[in-house]
Amino acid sequence: MSGFITIALIILVFIIIYQIGKASEYAGVIRGEEKVKAQTNRTIGWLLLAFFILGLYGIWVCHQLLKDKMLPESASVEGVNYDSMFSATMWVTGIVFFATQALLFWFAFRYQSTEKRKPYFLAHNNKLELIWTTIPAIAMAALVAVGLRNWMNITSEAPKNSQVVEIVGKQFNWLIRYPGKDGVLGKRDFRNIDDANNILGLDWKDKDNQDDIIVQNGELHLIIGRPVKLIIGSRDVIHDVGLAHFRFKMDAVPGIVTTLWFTPKYTSEQMKKMTGNPDFVYEISCDQMCGKGHYSMRGTVIVQTQAEYDTWMASQPSYYSGNNPDAKTTAPAADAKPQQKTDSVKAITMK
Amino acid sequence: MSNEIIIQGPNVAHTIEGATEHHGHEHHEQHFIWKYIFSQDHKVIGKQFLVTGIIWAIIGALFSVFFRLQLGFPDSTFPIMEKFLGEWAKGGKLSPEFYYALITMHGTILVFFVLTAGLSGTFANILIPLQIGARDMASPFMNMLSYWFFFLASVFMFISLFVETGPASGGWTTYPPLSALKEASIGSGVGMDLWLIGMALFVISSLLGGLNYITTILNMRTKGMTMTRLPLTIWALFFTAVLGVLSFPVLFSGVVLLIFDRNFGTSFYLSEIFIGGKALPHIGGSAILYQHLFWFLGHPEVYIIMLPGMGMASEILSNNSRKPIFGYFAMVISLIGITVLAFLVWAHHMFVTGMSPFLGSIFVLLTLLIAVPSAVKVFNWLTTIWRGNIRFSVGMLFALGFVSMFISGGLTGIFLGNSALDIHLHDTYFVVAHFHIVMGVSAFFGMFAGVYHWFPKMFGRFMNNTLGYIHFFVTFAGAYLIFWPMHYEGIAGMPRRYYDYSAWESFKQFQNLNAFISIVAIVVFFAQLLFVLNFFTSIWRGRKVTVQNPWGSPTLEWTTPIRPGHGNWVGEIPEVHRWAYDYKDDGNGNDFIPQTTPLRPGEEAH
Repeated sequence: MSGFITIALIILVFIIIYQIGKASEYAGVIRGEEKVKAQTNRTIGWLLLAFFILGLYGIWVCHQLLKDKMLPESASVEGVNYDSMFSATMWVTGIVFFATQALLFWFAFRYQSTEKRKPYFLAHNNKLELIWTTIPAIAMAALVAVGLRNWMNITSEAPKNSQVVEIVGKQFNWLIRYPGKDGVLGKRDFRNIDDANNILGLDWKDKDNQDDIIVQNGELHLIIGRPVKLIIGSRDVIHDVGLAHFRFKMDAVPGIVTTLWFTPKYTSEQMKKMTGNPDFVYEISCDQMCGKGHYSMRGTVIVQTQAEYDTWMASQPSYYSGNNPDAKTTAPAADAKPQQKTDSVKAITMK
Repeated sequence: MSNEIIIQGPNVAHTIEGATEHHGHEHHEQHFIWKYIFSQDHKVIGKQFLVTGIIWAIIGALFSVFFRLQLGFPDSTFPIMEKFLGEWAKGGKLSPEFYYALITMHGTILVFFVLTAGLSGTFANILIPLQIGARDMASPFMNMLSYWFFFLASVFMFISLFVETGPASGGWTTYPPLSALKEASIGSGVGMDLWLIGMALFVISSLLGGLNYITTILNMRTKGMTMTRLPLTIWALFFTAVLGVLSFPVLFSGVVLLIFDRNFGTSFYLSEIFIGGKALPHIGGSAILYQHLFWFLGHPEVYIIMLPGMGMASEILSNNSRKPIFGYFAMVISLIGITVLAFLVWAHHMFVTGMSPFLGSIFVLLTLLIAVPSAVKVFNWLTTIWRGNIRFSVGMLFALGFVSMFISGGLTGIFLGNSALDIHLHDTYFVVAHFHIVMGVSAFFGMFAGVYHWFPKMFGRFMNNTLGYIHFFVTFAGAYLIFWPMHYEGIAGMPRRYYDYSAWESFKQFQNLNAFISIVAIVVFFAQLLFVLNFFTSIWRGRKVTVQNPWGSPTLEWTTPIRPGHGNWVGEIPEVHRWAYDYKDDGNGNDFIPQTTPLRPGEEAH
């Protein structure tokens, strides 16, 4: 019933607006079209000017309302460059935005039609064209230069001492594999996958797999100040590892290995203090549409100190030990005295 | 020029069918079906594209209202939605599956069916022959086929909305493997097949149309109409057609390969996939290959959507400022620049797919280069209205709005085209805001400007001005209110294509903002219905056009009768003596000189 009333109301409003429109048309004919046209033109000129001024005010209000809801400063060392490059680009585009919009609205208002005004016949001016071809070209060249420098930095080889973690997307959660104490991720093959006891398809013939740890609750544990290299994969469709706080993201594509590296700058605890939010958590969002559960494909990043990390790592059983009946004899990682600094100095390679 | 041959064609048809208005009472003889349905008259075909586009636009916009209700009010139920969507919105709550179907179809419908077919289909058809001085298109029959293939594509797309498993729901880009595997998504079933067939037919329609537009512009200009005397609308529509003809076949191949992967067991896009509890046999394909094929069309597509608006805005700004367009040649050259670069930037949609960073940096360079011709256009538009004598017709307001939106949306492209920034902003609301402003709102404003401006030519009546002004200001303000704050969400990393953000610590603070955006979106939706009402009532009830050239425009379409019949001009096609922008005193108190007026003694050509 309320739906019916709403629709009736909407239709009524439409009819009224339509009638007003029609009536103004007839009124125009009666009062003399030229006069009405001139008056309308003046009104519209003022409306445009008002629109521009209100728009500026709106931009300011919007900024006041939203500026506190933005991300805290970059949680990765590499993301700092992102932040500075972002504000540089914002300055350049912001100046152009306000200048061109102001000219647009001002010209529209200033040169609105009047009886007396004679339009100025101006067809071309090569000097002007040259100026406004060159200046944007120079500005763009500068932005490209900064952009490419940062791009080369973040896409360069990960540092030798990086922690290596594999993160694999599936509908609709993240699986995270740590290389265990040998520091090597063993081979895996999608044909070995079994949701019951081999969720990533690890090849048990490969000894490197036996100490690998798989975390299924989407928790990615990282160490503050230590670069991390993510080995990114997908089991089914394309996903994307979105790390907004670290200013990074990278697609997870089935059949292709992608990588991403960065250096966490603040622990999760530090971030809670900095943001004043006790519930603060680094989140991993899936940023590539992956099906009906896309919006719920959430992981978390826990940045810890080395000591905290080692303690956590020591409590994790190897995936092998939990999923193979004969594993007891081969000493699961959890039982082995963890040679502290789990996978630290040794150069880590991914098979 | 070669018009003589063409003149013969339609003219012969006229004498047989007695079709033109000016044969007076005889014109009833042409049967309704041949005059309005299977018509070969470019003007009628243009109107068919326009009306079909409007119907699609209403559907596509209504979808956005539905999913904005979900985004704005995730905890509420809207029983009215169940009336429209049935099972998909049980109890008035949209299901996630159908939410994804709605955003997918919203994108597909608006990008392809409205802003490609509805925009360039309409204006290329109506304006090209009228503004170059031709009786009709090079091949009126192929032109008719172009519409009917579009109609067939529309039928398939429309049917897909009603299949049991729902329409395609993998995003308008339909990336495999999601779109290739039925196990991955319910919408990747029959709905996806219908989507692919619909798109394949759409490509055929677009090619038939585009080849015709190019041929017509190159071969059928009237005597004296050199390329440099063409109005900028025609230049823009010409390059639109070039872009379409060269890039749509690539989408076609991408679509066909996807059909193969889905139905015939090939592995073009599939490799190493475990889904639905089993490992699939596919090995060696590349999901990224599809993205390359898709975006090789997908990026030029952006300019297929933008260029007609640019052309029409140039024309309308100049006409209503009573001043020539500033820098005609610079405008043409920048169109060429945009067209060429449009083919060389597709991979900027793929910076984070893991493609070679070196390749990425080349695409950064080429992408930001597009800012140069775009900036030239903006400055030229600004200079065009500078010191004009501006008449705020509704078309003019939309043209001004077009420029404003193009600036706003274009500038954010500078962020996204730079891969080192895209790595954070990619697939966030920043992208949503960027492309909705620049190729959504801006292109729509170009289209609205065109509709209001050329409505008198299409139907011999005016649209209602007051309704037009209301439509403009509500839409203009609404568009900024919707999309401006979205940039903030995107900068905060909020991902697009999410059904609900309430479980996310990082994004849930935008809930109130999302509600606000949804409310504005609904208001703007109703403002568009006002336009639709104005459009259709004005066809029959609008104020009649009483003068041949109501806008005082030098271009050729206004030398035809108020309601031109098939063949456009009665008698000879006029000869052209000057360029399309001679807004100067003609010595008789007019502030423009039509293209058909010979140069006065001692007067220099432009």
